[in-house]
Amino acid sequence: MSDTQWETYEVFHQSRRGRPHEHVGSVHAPDPEMALQMARDQFARRLDCVSLWVVRSSDIAQTDYQDPNFFSQVFDKSYRDPKAFDAPARTEPAES
Amino acid sequence: MTEKSHNEQLTEFEARVARGDKVEPGDWMPDEYRQNLIRMIGQHAHSEIVGQLPEGKWIPYAPGFRRKLTLVAKVQDEAGHGQLLYRAAETLGKSREEMIDELLAGKAKYSNVFNYPTPTWADVGVIGWLVDTAAVINQSMLAQGSYGPYARAMKRICYEESFHIKQGYDAIVALAKGTPAQRAMAQDAIHRWWYPTLMMSGPPDKASPHTEKAMRWRIKTKTNDQVRQEFVDLIVPQIRALGLDVPDRDCVYDEAAGHYRFTQPDWEELKRVINGDGPMNKERLDVRRRSHEEGRWVREALAAKAKRANAA
Repeated sequence: MSDTQWETYEVFHQSRRGRPHEHVGSVHAPDPEMALQMARDQFARRLDCVSLWVVRSSDIAQTDYQDPNFFSQVFDKSYRDPKAFDAPARTEPAES
Repeated sequence: MTEKSHNEQLTEFEARVARGDKVEPGDWMPDEYRQNLIRMIGQHAHSEIVGQLPEGKWIPYAPGFRRKLTLVAKVQDEAGHGQLLYRAAETLGKSREEMIDELLAGKAKYSNVFNYPTPTWADVGVIGWLVDTAAVINQSMLAQGSYGPYARAMKRICYEESFHIKQGYDAIVALAKGTPAQRAMAQDAIHRWWYPTLMMSGPPDKASPHTEKAMRWRIKTKTNDQVRQEFVDLIVPQIRALGLDVPDRDCVYDEAAGHYRFTQPDWEELKRVINGDGPMNKERLDVRRRSHEEGRWVREALAAKAKRANAA
């Protein structure tokens, strides 16, 4: 009997106000409301939780692990890093 | 993107695994790796689901309200672990429904230990303490494995299993400090569970032909014999510290080896129990089938509600 499959929902868990929602896993559910209940039972049984998000797994667009080009750093982008600067904490006025 | 040959992909895959990188669902992987993991994770999921039954039976009879609540929480954890694992297996391409159907049809394998009876309250304690200690040793090993979704599920599960071990140990300590009859009950349960728990880590390495590849692909990071030895070394001193013992006169500490020696379990018994012919296999599946049928109206009600919400 095909009545145990349902769709899947990805679950995001926020442990405290001010923290980000983090992906913790997924649940099977027939609709979003049940997905939230399942998510509470599955991922908020013990640890602190102030908020849960659920989203249909099929609504998530994702990059392809097999595509080597998507994240390639073709150019040197070190200028985006604060460590790339060698500016001194104090300077003497330039001789005129 | 240029097409890579099978050999190129295999080389890349093995290099990724060798440097300790995780494999994720969208990655190329050898079919044998995928099939092995589907089988392992599926069996693991079934074990959690069936694992609710031997202890669940004791919920109405738990001595005291606190122990009853704790046991309910533990059994609920096992249901949750089963679902986490079915999800992890699904990322490899087999649906939860297929796996559930196989379990109900008696075609799926699951851990040997859940096919033994639990006639006394001490069995609940020993399952939590001994069986779950062996499970955590195995699962912390699997948490280091190469497949991302399985390793992530293992981390969460290990955290919760440590609570299971504590509740089991606590129950046995209460019996060990109790009347002679309570002490005898604890000792009897350890005797009955000792060999089934040793079998739980799987057949000996020399009879386990897939070990080499499973280690190379980091499906496992320790062999069955290593996991079993680790369990014995950890648990024997704990058992003896409570004035209890294991049913094995040859279980002595070998100074030179730095390990406990122990008698191997009856591997023929493991085969029989895994293949459906243990003391409780039939009963476990009967209960599972009955509860699946008894829960059907809930699934139908949820489906009807979802249908109405979608129509609105």
